[in-house]
Amino acid sequence: MSDVAPTSHARGSPSRSPAEGSVLVAGAAQAGEDATAISPRRLMWLRFRRHRLALVSGAFLIVLYTLAAFCEFISPYGTVTRNDDAINAPPMRVHFFDAEGEFHLRPFVYAYQMEVDPETWIRIYTEDTSRRFPIRFFARGEPYKMWNLFEMDRHLFTVDEGGYIHLFGTDPLGRDMFSRVFYGGRVSLSIGIVGVVLTIVLGILLGGLAGYLGGLVDRAVNKMIEVLQCLPSLPLWMALSATLPVHWSPLLVYFGITIILSLFGWTSLARQVRGRFLALREEDFVMAARLMGADTPRVITKHMLPSFSSHIIATATLAVPGMILGETALSFLGIGLRPPVVSWGVLMFQAQNPLVIELTPWQMLPGLFVVLTVMAFNLLGDGLRDAADPYSTAGTQ
Amino acid sequence: MRSYVVSRLLGLIPTLAIISVIIFAVIQLPEGDVVSSTLDRLAAQGIAPTEEYVQNLRAQYNLDKPMALQYLYWAGNFLTGDMGYSYVFERPVNDLVWERLGYTLSITVSALLFTWIVALPIGIYSAVRQYSIGDYVMTTIALVGLATPPFLLALIFMHLGFEWFGVSTGGLFSPEYEDAAWSWGRVVDMLAHLWLPMVIVGLGSAAFTMRILRANLLDELNKPYVVTARAKGVGPVKLVLKYPVRIAINPFISNIGLMLPALVSGEALVSLVMGLPTIGPLLLQSLLNQDMFLAGSLLMWLAILTVVGILLSDLLLAWVDPRIRFE
Repeated sequence: MSDVAPTSHARGSPSRSPAEGSVLVAGAAQAGEDATAISPRRLMWLRFRRHRLALVSGAFLIVLYTLAAFCEFISPYGTVTRNDDAINAPPMRVHFFDAEGEFHLRPFVYAYQMEVDPETWIRIYTEDTSRRFPIRFFARGEPYKMWNLFEMDRHLFTVDEGGYIHLFGTDPLGRDMFSRVFYGGRVSLSIGIVGVVLTIVLGILLGGLAGYLGGLVDRAVNKMIEVLQCLPSLPLWMALSATLPVHWSPLLVYFGITIILSLFGWTSLARQVRGRFLALREEDFVMAARLMGADTPRVITKHMLPSFSSHIIATATLAVPGMILGETALSFLGIGLRPPVVSWGVLMFQAQNPLVIELTPWQMLPGLFVVLTVMAFNLLGDGLRDAADPYSTAGTQ
Repeated sequence: MRSYVVSRLLGLIPTLAIISVIIFAVIQLPEGDVVSSTLDRLAAQGIAPTEEYVQNLRAQYNLDKPMALQYLYWAGNFLTGDMGYSYVFERPVNDLVWERLGYTLSITVSALLFTWIVALPIGIYSAVRQYSIGDYVMTTIALVGLATPPFLLALIFMHLGFEWFGVSTGGLFSPEYEDAAWSWGRVVDMLAHLWLPMVIVGLGSAAFTMRILRANLLDELNKPYVVTARAKGVGPVKLVLKYPVRIAINPFISNIGLMLPALVSGEALVSLVMGLPTIGPLLLQSLLNQDMFLAGSLLMWLAILTVVGILLSDLLLAWVDPRIRFE
């Protein structure tokens, strides 16, 4: 992995002692397999499995993405439904025991009781123990259109008509934060993935061309990478997203932002792909394929790409956080996605004032989700990167 | 060494030229230009400009010339130190930029120093005491620090500053020094305000550098020469500091190129949240007002700042590590 040394060290991979390499082989032997006969894929999995944190992160991300994909069903309300009885209300607590200490198998929440502080005019919410709303699972609630396709009205959880449930509290307009966080998650999380797919396409295309063709193309692409990598990305993102026409529909803005983010994100991937191509070009199996009459596209897609696809996946995973943070920062500044679109950045836009943390800290919850997601992607990427090269001797990264 | 310096300096020219083309393309993107927005403003005031006036205005901004020529005018003016006129602030861009550029530079550089000062001892500690409680705590903080967007950190710190010290932490100066002339007291006041943005901007890169130092040092500590030195009775402090740290510390300089763009980006974002008088907030304002001349100059300055910083770090690395000069 010498050709990617500086960047692959960049995230500071957990270093391994040489002894662990033999542990891996021993582990495989215990499983009744001959270490030399394990398929590369199985070896990668064995290696990846040792990264506990990466495993946990992967599981966490799968759960989060599933929740975001089904956010209409998960959320008890839509993104614009307002509850006038709960303006800036704190998160509700889920109870099993009521005020008399009696146990209920079905969890419930209490209604808000609102008072206004006579001095500061701040609304103070307490629990009204006389009004109890049992939580109903898979019950009918607010109608919605699943994926904009099917009319549905079942929710994962909701309360009977007349009641309300706000597990993450509400915003200044009385909208349910829980619902908004998951609807926003759909946008923010998918921007990360869509952006990275674009990045991969650009990176493979340009890096591959540079590495395979060499010469003038290589020099041009290299210079481009060098220039783009030393530009501070946020100011340029700001400039580009400020140029998106105001009259564009939310969907167009969404793709516009995604393209802007990937325009500057492809460089590290392209650099890796280029390095791999340069190395692989000299390999015997590539020469053999060419001698047997395979044309250039076939050599690239059938013989070269598969041999480093795992590296691409690992690098791409490490590129997702940058995308998510970029979208969040732009929307936070008010020049990325704009309401009525809901994303984590848009939600944070409302929390710009430090007073918000003081008075309604639950409005910072989208920020917590951003931090957790980015952390999970970083850990997962680290694990994948270490597993990507199953034949490397441990410790010589 | 001299030939290396010269070749690097010459390499700067095409880099900056490409950057200027990119930035010029970006500021040409929005629909409308200086003239159309001036006409809009005039129309809003009920003034119908004559055809001749419009022609003159277009000629004044060189908008009647082909695009390539417009670029040359823009780049030429920038080189001669004339960055044009901001019609939003109704002041020459020169007046607006210089002071703010100084603040941007001081926050970025101090954040870089903070990065090193924090990352060095923590990185060494974490590597030497691998898997100790302290190591776990520090690595966890580093993980969280890497994942937290700077604006969120800024919000949280401002809140904590308000909660614990009862002071408003926004801005770079106390009110009494805000418009005062430069004096010793003003410098001290600025330093008292500077540390918070410095910490916030630098935290992410400190986490990043610490993790690299830890990983590199761990690799180094397992090498036979360290075992030999220990066997020969070298003291534990000298054993670590004398060779392994000196080798593992290389990324401190070589990673400036990776960190500087991120620091400049983070600085812009943090300044916006904390209301610091740097380039970032001015850039956002100029973008929101479509004042593209100003935006272009600001982008160009931020780019120059980073590129020159990276160049300096490369030269420093070549000076420290002779292998680089001969490549």
